[in-house]
Amino acid sequence: MQISGKDVGQLAFLSRLDLTADDLTICTKSLNEILGYLTVLEELDTGAVKPALHVRPIKNVLREDALQPGLEREQVLANGPEVEDGAFVVPRIV
Amino acid sequence: MQLFLLTAHEIHELLIKKEISAEELNKAIYARIEAVDDRIQAYITRTAGKALDQARAVDKQISNGEKVTPLAGIPIAIKDNICTDGIKTTAGSKILSNYTPPYSATVVKKLEAAGATIAGKVNLDEFAMGSSNENSAFFATRNPWDTSRVPGGSSGGSAAAVAAGAAVCSLGSDTGGSIRQPASFCGVVGMKPTYGAVSRYGLIAYASSLDQIGPFARDVTDCALMLNAICGHDPLDSTSAKQRAMDYTSFLKDDVRGLKLGVPEEYMVEGIDPDVRDLVIKAMEKLESLGAVVEYTTLPHTDYALPTYYLIAQAEASSNLARYDGVRYGVRTEGTGDVMDMFMKTRSEGFGAEVKRRILLGTYALAAANYDHYYLKALKVRTLIKEDFVQAFKRYDLLLSPVSPTTAFPIGEKMDDPLQMYLSDICTISVNLAGMPGLSIPCGFVGGLPVGLQLIGRPFDEGTLLRTAYTFEQNTDYHKQYPDL
Repeated sequence: MQISGKDVGQLAFLSRLDLTADDLTICTKSLNEILGYLTVLEELDTGAVKPALHVRPIKNVLREDALQPGLEREQVLANGPEVEDGAFVVPRIV
Repeated sequence: MQLFLLTAHEIHELLIKKEISAEELNKAIYARIEAVDDRIQAYITRTAGKALDQARAVDKQISNGEKVTPLAGIPIAIKDNICTDGIKTTAGSKILSNYTPPYSATVVKKLEAAGATIAGKVNLDEFAMGSSNENSAFFATRNPWDTSRVPGGSSGGSAAAVAAGAAVCSLGSDTGGSIRQPASFCGVVGMKPTYGAVSRYGLIAYASSLDQIGPFARDVTDCALMLNAICGHDPLDSTSAKQRAMDYTSFLKDDVRGLKLGVPEEYMVEGIDPDVRDLVIKAMEKLESLGAVVEYTTLPHTDYALPTYYLIAQAEASSNLARYDGVRYGVRTEGTGDVMDMFMKTRSEGFGAEVKRRILLGTYALAAANYDHYYLKALKVRTLIKEDFVQAFKRYDLLLSPVSPTTAFPIGEKMDDPLQMYLSDICTISVNLAGMPGLSIPCGFVGGLPVGLQLIGRPFDEGTLLRTAYTFEQNTDYHKQYPDL
């Protein structure tokens, strides 16, 4: 299955990536090559096979519901590109 | 005596006999970094001052007659996708080029608790996505054996630093071969432990169901010492396994008699450089002469491993890398408009081409219309690949193969052809899909470049890997050869 430049543009938007026209052309070409290579999986009949999300038999790993020490607010905010009054600042949302 | 060529266990003997001090050792490694790293370019960040303070503390303990661990005072390089409190951690990406974590990864805390010193942070392909180190946003690390060639990747800096004597041991991470392949290319020992054996807390995530932290070392004994320090359950990583604590050095026995070793024929056929294959065959014969039973076997779904890996890893990556949005950390690129504009500009400027390609592929595989056809299909094939290993391990104690189809390739050779680059991982990725432990050990040279032998074991049977690797090492001298820098 081939994907078009328009499809890749839509994927880029979903991925929050702004591709230049050149990037879009290069990405479309290499994604089509990679997708072509992936078709080999179609040879396998996996109708009765269970998917392996993880290799180890673990689920619902819970910890005790007890207070744990955490990072101080200032430490967490220290890496913020823009910070004000103990909060992260972002451009206009609505 | 050149301190930078010694192993951690050799250095430990000198430290406790007070023939050298940890301060001298750390200064010697720093002098070595100063002398060679302009040619190798392994380090993104050097932390000499902090390391010397740690070393002096170890010297004080020794002079007070206190018992110190085998890693006390030993300078260790940390891959720059492993968080270090107060030390810049970039993941090789422009988007994290200003990031200083407010906490350390569990593995770093464990190494520091063992008294190890942190020599610095070493280069990698951006977000550990690559097989050559050329995808680093900063510079390409070079192979100490031939500086016109790549050190492998993604943990290329970790492998090159140890090979060049610019660190005694190092930590890397392995999602599809990112410890074993650079270990092979640089002629050092590299191990990817069983998934869950080492905490991933503080490792910047690429593909969470495949990522695993592991050590690089100059010999198998040092590898065991590093495992002793970093393995163990961590409540901060919900996939970490509750294991019995063990001393991995107890497996260092020069004896493989009676072990049954399988060689998957799929890893020895077309695409493998004949000279590399010959060295693997020689290694098989060597282990056979030492008393192991070596036979050819089969992993029938090997041809499907690479496409399966790329679907699963990229799907997980597209999800993991969604967090880089210019809000809480990292580099923000301001747009002219609203928050969406800022997200788009930040991510477009912050990520390199390969990272973008992988995010797009992952987003495509997870899209509702493609989910069953790509992502779910890959998860099912993963079950088949894992089952191949389960069947093989009913008959064999471990499996042998090449680590990579070739020796280190020239810088630039594969950069324009992602599929060719991906094929460099053909022998290593199944091991991550199945969650098994894998180790690369030097098994010879082709044209002056090192070649690694891969040992693959049952889950949590790192011991048999170490025993076999140790026996091989005691009966060969490849690990005693150093690049001429």
